Amino acid sequence: MSTILIIEQMLNGLQSGVMLFLMAAGLTLIFGVMGLINLAHGSLYMVGAFAAAAVAGLTGSFVLALMAALVAAALAGAVIEILVIRRLYDSDHLDQVLATFALILIFSEGTRWVFGSFPLFLDIPDALSGPVTLPGGIEYPLYRLALIVAGLLVGVGLWVLIERTRLGIQIRAGENDREMIAALGVDISKLYTLVFALGAALAGLAGALVGAIQSVQVGMGEPVLILAFVVIVIGGIGSIKGAFIGALLVGLTDTLVGIFLPELLKLFMDAAPATSAGSAIASMSIYILMSLVLIWRPSGLFGARA
Amino acid sequence: MTDTVLRTIGICKSFGALQASKDISIDLRPGEIHAIIGPNGAGKSTLIAQICGALKPDAGRVELLGKDITALSTDQRARAGLGRTFQISALAMEDTVLENAVLGALGARGRPWRFWASALGDKDLRHRAEAALERVGLAEARAKRCADLSHGQRRQLEVAVALTLEPKAFVMDEPMAGLGAAGSKDLTGFLDQLRQQAPILLVEHDMDAVFALADRISVLVYGEVIATGSVDQIRTDPRVRDAYLGESA
Amino acid sequence: MSRETLFNAALLLGLLLVPIWALLTDEPFTITLATRAVILALAAAGLNIALGIGGLVSLGHAVFFGIGGYAMGILAHHAQGFTPLMEWPFVIEGTKSMPVIWLLAIVVSALAALVIGLLSLRTTGAYFIMITLAFGQMFYYFAISWSAYGGEDGMSIYVRNDFPGLNTLAPIQFYGLCLALLVVVLVFSARLRRAPFGLSLNAARQVPARLEAVGLDPMRLKLVAFVISGAITGLAGALFADLNRFVSPTMFSWQFSGEIMVLVILGGVGRLFGPVAGAVTFVALEHVLGGLTEFWHIYLGLILLGVVLFARGGITGLIAGREASHD
Repeated sequence: MSTILIIEQMLNGLQSGVMLFLMAAGLTLIFGVMGLINLAHGSLYMVGAFAAAAVAGLTGSFVLALMAALVAAALAGAVIEILVIRRLYDSDHLDQVLATFALILIFSEGTRWVFGSFPLFLDIPDALSGPVTLPGGIEYPLYRLALIVAGLLVGVGLWVLIERTRLGIQIRAGENDREMIAALGVDISKLYTLVFALGAALAGLAGALVGAIQSVQVGMGEPVLILAFVVIVIGGIGSIKGAFIGALLVGLTDTLVGIFLPELLKLFMDAAPATSAGSAIASMSIYILMSLVLIWRPSGLFGARA
Repeated sequence: MTDTVLRTIGICKSFGALQASKDISIDLRPGEIHAIIGPNGAGKSTLIAQICGALKPDAGRVELLGKDITALSTDQRARAGLGRTFQISALAMEDTVLENAVLGALGARGRPWRFWASALGDKDLRHRAEAALERVGLAEARAKRCADLSHGQRRQLEVAVALTLEPKAFVMDEPMAGLGAAGSKDLTGFLDQLRQQAPILLVEHDMDAVFALADRISVLVYGEVIATGSVDQIRTDPRVRDAYLGESA
Repeated sequence: MSRETLFNAALLLGLLLVPIWALLTDEPFTITLATRAVILALAAAGLNIALGIGGLVSLGHAVFFGIGGYAMGILAHHAQGFTPLMEWPFVIEGTKSMPVIWLLAIVVSALAALVIGLLSLRTTGAYFIMITLAFGQMFYYFAISWSAYGGEDGMSIYVRNDFPGLNTLAPIQFYGLCLALLVVVLVFSARLRRAPFGLSLNAARQVPARLEAVGLDPMRLKLVAFVISGAITGLAGALFADLNRFVSPTMFSWQFSGEIMVLVILGGVGRLFGPVAGAVTFVALEHVLGGLTEFWHIYLGLILLGVVLFARGGITGLIAGREASHD
């Protein structure tokens, strides 16, 4: 096994981790500020991907497609926040789970109704297609590299937004004390809609970016949603930093174990059973990681201690 | 050793820079009511939490009947004989008065692992529960749902649930909270008798009740016990007057 | 008799009479639908113990349903292929005997619930929901990668398993068996609620602090509830596999976990017959709406939103009043 392969796989892990972070950041922000557990976050990911694929199909422009993804997901987020979600802030988690599960059903079937059951395809823009040669002679797809950079940029942007702007101060205040920010004259319901739309936009962006390397189809959001849950359980609910570290851990674990565990097992057993046992265990690896973190720190790496 | 039922020995607890308990040593003797008083934020709740097991002290021990219970969890302490009431009623609001009392009796027995026979149909459990309700004057209300009780009745039920445990010591966190004058007077009379059964560590803001009931009083200020003594000693203690009346005097 | 009791009796009577009527009018498909409803009700009755009494919002109950399904699938697969399940250290043969399959489904589900519960119950609230969901996904991917038992495609079982003294291939007899199991579980649930365990668990959901203060450990009560709950849902999984003569990883899917929860809420959370009312309604909606439009899940979603936002007691609550009975 060569160093090149290892570096390549680490980049793949980084790429999927960074995209997971976009999902997890929105989820953890929404949970931290509004105390809401949002199962429909995966639907917003899907909305972003479909909007991008549709607009790219019409205009051929990837930039317009990304803008469409952001706008569509943010809009969808704002609409469901105003119609449904805001009635759930004071409800228990059970109600939140059920109502957002209902939203998944509506979004998924609605999308199937509009776009049909066949997957759509979103092409990688020409400027970003093909491989690029990294130092050390490693050939790596330029688009995936662009995803890593884009994800990191969004991460930095989010950090600036939360740490350095007025809105960020309000968001952080909202995490600590709802009554307090209301008393300071902040329009809470507007702030909540804004935060929800922001989280939705991040999910939509992730959906569109990932949509170009996978197929765009109904149900694409939920596996990512559940991975994002694993990320926040590991990182600690409400912590953006935790979401970032957790996302990288999950992305890297998922990718590296899947590739290297079968290889490792081949040293001890026959190739065929090693491959099947390796992939079976690898499919469970991030959940094992999650269990270990739970045993060690039940409220996650950066979560507030209960 | 036998003349204290419950005691804390030098317990300390800090939250960051805030020292909520500074080397607190108090004891509870058979047949007495020992009141803990102090201004808001003095650390009374933190002290109760450490005695009952919700918080672990940074240093020091808690002993019940001479046995070190510092390492025990809340439920283990309850089984060891510590009966407590809560400042804000902690009752199963959807359940009836009798069911709440039976829950206490169940705890006293320590075995909830029965899946078939009815709990209310168990003669022993029911007898214990009804006896406790009778004693606090709630026998008539046994079939009412907790949510439908008046505030005063909920306070009574709090005490009744603790009674079903037949504890060796009671720890009561503001049992008078929110009671009117008449309610306070009734409960005061009841606690006065209850001390014969088991001594009471009483945290209370109602000074009339404290002065009427307490055999001894400890005054907690900024996490520290500044004085312990009889009602008269405390009334005249200059440090206590200073702490309570301080600037305004 | 309270309105809830009357409603429950009517439901039970319907479950007895409708299949008999279907048998007389020769409508075997109705019997299959009723069997589906009864099995789903059983799965939901399992969840109702953890969720309704214990307040544990488990979004991973498909794990137990799937384990039950695969217990049936694996044992029957070896029985129909005449290959031993295990040869070392001792030989275990597959089986087509329902009681043995059920026992295995219950035991393995209970063990899985014990492990998942031990880990998940270290946390509460939103963490608990996400973690149970994640464990569900773990089993789902494991089943997909388990190529010995069909992997992603699942396994078909060609014959229905046997129950002593019954012809399980006759739909009405298999239905009777499922209904009998549902009734047994409902009777057990009813007793459990009033027994010391149920009383304590109910209080553990409402005021864990009080429970500790009387010397009971809420965490252990919830763990036992989770195990019982998982075992019952596992049994339902084995029956479901037998009904379809097919098992696949979708039995482990998160959608199914969500659906079991929907059944409980639709019927009325914490109500003894809530799972039955929910499952019957769900299967009826699926049949009627599914016949009208391919996209019936949209309507299911809207109905569910309506229940959550406006009718917290579910169907039982609408019919029998909001308060759970306390007779």
